[in-house]
Amino acid sequence: MSLLESLLMRQETLTPVYVRISHWINAIAVILMVMSGLKIYNASPVFNFLIPRSITLGGWLGGALLWHFAVMWLLVFNGILYLFANIYSGRMKKKFFPIRATELVNDFIDSLKGKLTHDDLSKYNSIQKLAYLAAIADLILIIASGLVIWKSVQFPILRELLTGFDHARVIHFLAMCFIVFFLFIHLIMVALVPKTLLIMLRGR
Amino acid sequence: MSEKKRIFSPHEKEIIKDIHKELEIPSRRMFGKRLLSLGAISMLTGCSLDNDESIESALMVISRFNDKVQGILFDPNRLAPTYPASMITKPFPFNAYYDESEIRPNPENFKLKLSGLILDKKDWSLLELMALPQTSQITRHICVEGWSAIGKWGGVRFSDFLKRIGADTSAQFIGFRCHDDYYTSIDMATALHPQTLLSLTYADEVLPAKYGYPIKIRIPTKLGYKNPKYVKEIFVTNVNPGGYWEDQGYNWFGGS
Ligand code: HEM
Repeated sequence: MSLLESLLMRQETLTPVYVRISHWINAIAVILMVMSGLKIYNASPVFNFLIPRSITLGGWLGGALLWHFAVMWLLVFNGILYLFANIYSGRMKKKFFPIRATELVNDFIDSLKGKLTHDDLSKYNSIQKLAYLAAIADLILIIASGLVIWKSVQFPILRELLTGFDHARVIHFLAMCFIVFFLFIHLIMVALVPKTLLIMLRGR
Repeated sequence: MSEKKRIFSPHEKEIIKDIHKELEIPSRRMFGKRLLSLGAISMLTGCSLDNDESIESALMVISRFNDKVQGILFDPNRLAPTYPASMITKPFPFNAYYDESEIRPNPENFKLKLSGLILDKKDWSLLELMALPQTSQITRHICVEGWSAIGKWGGVRFSDFLKRIGADTSAQFIGFRCHDDYYTSIDMATALHPQTLLSLTYADEVLPAKYGYPIKIRIPTKLGYKNPKYVKEIFVTNVNPGGYWEDQGYNWFGGS
């Protein structure tokens, strides 16, 4: 077994090491992107409010842009590696699919009653599946709209898909809001089921 | 020409003024001290990343890498979108590193100077430039801050001008010096792009003082700060001349 295969296939752990590494790299990258992005937002707010300086990164527009366009590489390449390994190893299909509507409804009702159990931590419930897939899809949208803002002349098809430069800015901002919302819920869930944090850290 | 706020919000004007004040202090010009907003990051990491020169230089290395990536992404034949006259932004925003009340346009008897790797370095008067074949286009000006505005610029296709003066188009950079002490530079591929203009008019009239009389280099494939106004000298070189904002940390390539 090659090193790559052993990294991808090892079954004695609940969460393979590449998922854990890429998850934490992603978490750091997302937080740095959000903080530097909010500083960039302040230079020319699309909406009628400013972000408090204390939660922004970069000090001034030029510094924030340096951070944003540096950390973006981490976000993108880490994301590509995660997706590639996850799909190639079959883990994506196994962990996230299928999501059945009836399961979603049942899990949702259970969660409202506080009865949604996390007994089997090797499986995601349908709400988790949906939430994680939504986060992944949202990050892809963030990257696509970011590309249109960064190089709108050089990505004409993407630009037209997102209906132009100005709309891409709004989409980029709203998609950022969604990931922050996801993170907020995600952190609450981790606090409620702390065992998952251990699994995400050491695999068991 | 960038980093100046227009209509968006009163607070932002304050912040920009703040930044300008800071930039006026020479020791602050190196942006390292302002690179990080400490409250947040030191809470996250439990240590202070203030004044961390290794972070600053790492970020600059990546910015140089991003110059290269943008050079590769830049397609010399891909045109920036053009728009109908009805979509022109009115009034087109004024933008510079100083306030609109401090405009310093070139004098009436102005002559454009040429230097560096150029065969025919004779000066050009505005009338001589206007006698060359003219073209115009309606394009979107995108500012590094994120706002954009559509305007109509006319003038001499820059690649035609470079050929006419015998510029060495195998050189790497074109530098611009401006009457308001602004300066910037671009790569040769962008200089030769068909939409790059040595522009002499805005909205079919001689460039008004606030839009850069008498010469603005209009480059729809680059961000606003790479579109110098009040240009008084153009030079061709193989040594990267940097730029007013670029030397403070804005990305050099600044493509869009
Ligand atoms: C915005 C940043 C974040 C994003 C986008 C994100 C996204 C995700 C995704 C997609 C998964 C599923 C991964 C997989 O199984 O392939 C996951 C799992 C997990 N994340 Fe995050 N995450 C972020 C930040 C965090 C943070 C800051 C923490 C810790 C406090 C955390 C803790 C966890 C844990 C414990 C799991 C495993 C949950 C379980 O096994 O049920 N995440 N995260």
